[in-house]
Amino acid sequence: MMRRLGSAALALVGALLLVSLFLELVPGDPIEVMLGEQAATVDREAMRRAVGLDKPWYEQTWVFTQQLATGELRTSLPPFQRKVVPQLSAALPNTLILAGASMLVAILIALPLGVAAAARKGTGVDHAAMGVAVAGVALPRFWLGPMLIILFAIKLDWLPVSGAESFRHLILPAVTLGTALAAFLSRITRASMLETMREEFVIVAKAKGLSPQVVLWKHAFRNALLPIVTVLGLEFGALLGGAIVTEKVFAWPGMGTLLLTAIEKRDYNTVRATVLVFTLCYVVVNTLTDVTYALVDPRVRKR
Amino acid sequence: MIEPSSNTPPAAPAPPARRRLKLDSWGGRFGLAVAFLLVFTALFAPLLSPYPPSAIDLPHELAKPGGAHVLGAGENGIDVLSHVIYGARVSLIVSLFAVGLSAAVGITLGGLAGYLGGFYDEALMRFVDILLAFPGILLAIFITSVLGPSLVNVVFALTFSGWTGYARLTRSLVLSLRERDYVQAARALGAGNGRILFRHILPNAAGPLLVQATFAIPGAILAEASLSFLGLGAPPGTASWGALVDQGTQYLLVAPHIALYPGIAMALTVLGFNFLGDAVRDAMDPKRVER
Repeated sequence: MMRRLGSAALALVGALLLVSLFLELVPGDPIEVMLGEQAATVDREAMRRAVGLDKPWYEQTWVFTQQLATGELRTSLPPFQRKVVPQLSAALPNTLILAGASMLVAILIALPLGVAAAARKGTGVDHAAMGVAVAGVALPRFWLGPMLIILFAIKLDWLPVSGAESFRHLILPAVTLGTALAAFLSRITRASMLETMREEFVIVAKAKGLSPQVVLWKHAFRNALLPIVTVLGLEFGALLGGAIVTEKVFAWPGMGTLLLTAIEKRDYNTVRATVLVFTLCYVVVNTLTDVTYALVDPRVRKR
Repeated sequence: MIEPSSNTPPAAPAPPARRRLKLDSWGGRFGLAVAFLLVFTALFAPLLSPYPPSAIDLPHELAKPGGAHVLGAGENGIDVLSHVIYGARVSLIVSLFAVGLSAAVGITLGGLAGYLGGFYDEALMRFVDILLAFPGILLAIFITSVLGPSLVNVVFALTFSGWTGYARLTRSLVLSLRERDYVQAARALGAGNGRILFRHILPNAAGPLLVQATFAIPGAILAEASLSFLGLGAPPGTASWGALVDQGTQYLLVAPHIALYPGIAMALTVLGFNFLGDAVRDAMDPKRVER
């Protein structure tokens, strides 16, 4: 487990260096953006010193990391007074709520669908469920979102178009973000159920004369859960990535919106910090998934 | 390029598998048709589209479908149908380049890592870990945001974040193949490392890699469109499905057709290529047909 934690930490540090190196290697000068192309060389040099851009990139990275860790980091463009960390801590919960809600949407759709498909394998139910699953993967989020808005917010007027003021604002974004995962997860659920239903303990339960429903849910489903939970953990990262697009569609005030606004303003301190927090969340969840997996399944722990 | 085995259906499947196999070949045919349609549209876009993709027609700005504009008009009266047709070009070109380059880089580096092992292997896999620490499309968003919107930058960003899958897969395939008898035989006959890796090992890893590449095409199409939707992909004025949906989201109330049609084109394309990937996988590995 220590090895797992070590490689996660290593990947994080690597990601920080990679992002910094990229910003360093890329042509284009943030000073030029701030002062304009006509600015005098003297002014540029003064500005460069003032914001610390005269130092080598690894030193800048170190300063950046320290400031981020102590909460002193400020936006890299005027107004310099704005701190980045409060913006991050305001946006992060919104993104986590959105990702969590869409995971819930995915579970609520995928588990019944996958179990039904497995229980009636080869029938119309199976084909219909898997057809829905295949279609769900193909719907791009940035298109599904606007279509849901047209239908449920404009035509039917049931739900708000955008924003994040109430629970009702969460529904459409969560469905938009969760659909692809729901589709994928229902395929996993079906496959996992089919595999467990071939196990001997399920056959024994059936032979004992237990009702099909009891066998299905108590014996097969509970044992089919492990791969499902693992997939949920590992797919959390895809949700974080997809949240960026979803947040733009619904003007959801999360990390994605923060990132895109910072990109538009060429505010690279905020871009860097946001990318880093995204990465941190992802790596933490993946590591937790691995560790939990080992704790839950004795077969994995033994190895 | 394609292994001969990919065209031959798996021999004599077990009886319960037959229905599923039929469904797959139906899906495979659908996928092939979609792929063909995409290539055809991309090649003959100037002949198929009624207008140049960005031709301005102010009197018809945001016009509803019908009349002069079959699928309606967008901002400045651009023809939605023409934009969708030309968008097929961008989708196809970007995805083919991104997938081809990712595969070339990943297979070479991953193959070397699996074959050479040792420090090189360890270093490469740590680097792969770093790239995989970025969730989903985030790395591509970051790269294109720094480099600026252009299709070349999109291809670069998708390659930079996409080669890791091939590298991991190739590495694991090579690790299991390098101990095979025929590799030992080639080595005993005096074949060099390069010859063994590229002539004896990698051709035998082609099946799973082809499956991976087929599934990567819809992924790249989606990624390009997502980046263009965010304003980080196709430069302004280029016909891209994602950019057109982005434009359409500003007029959902008055002109919902702008966002509707490019999305349908894209969903169909992605669906087709996913079916194609399923069919290729089943053809490569008869054992999987059972699922």
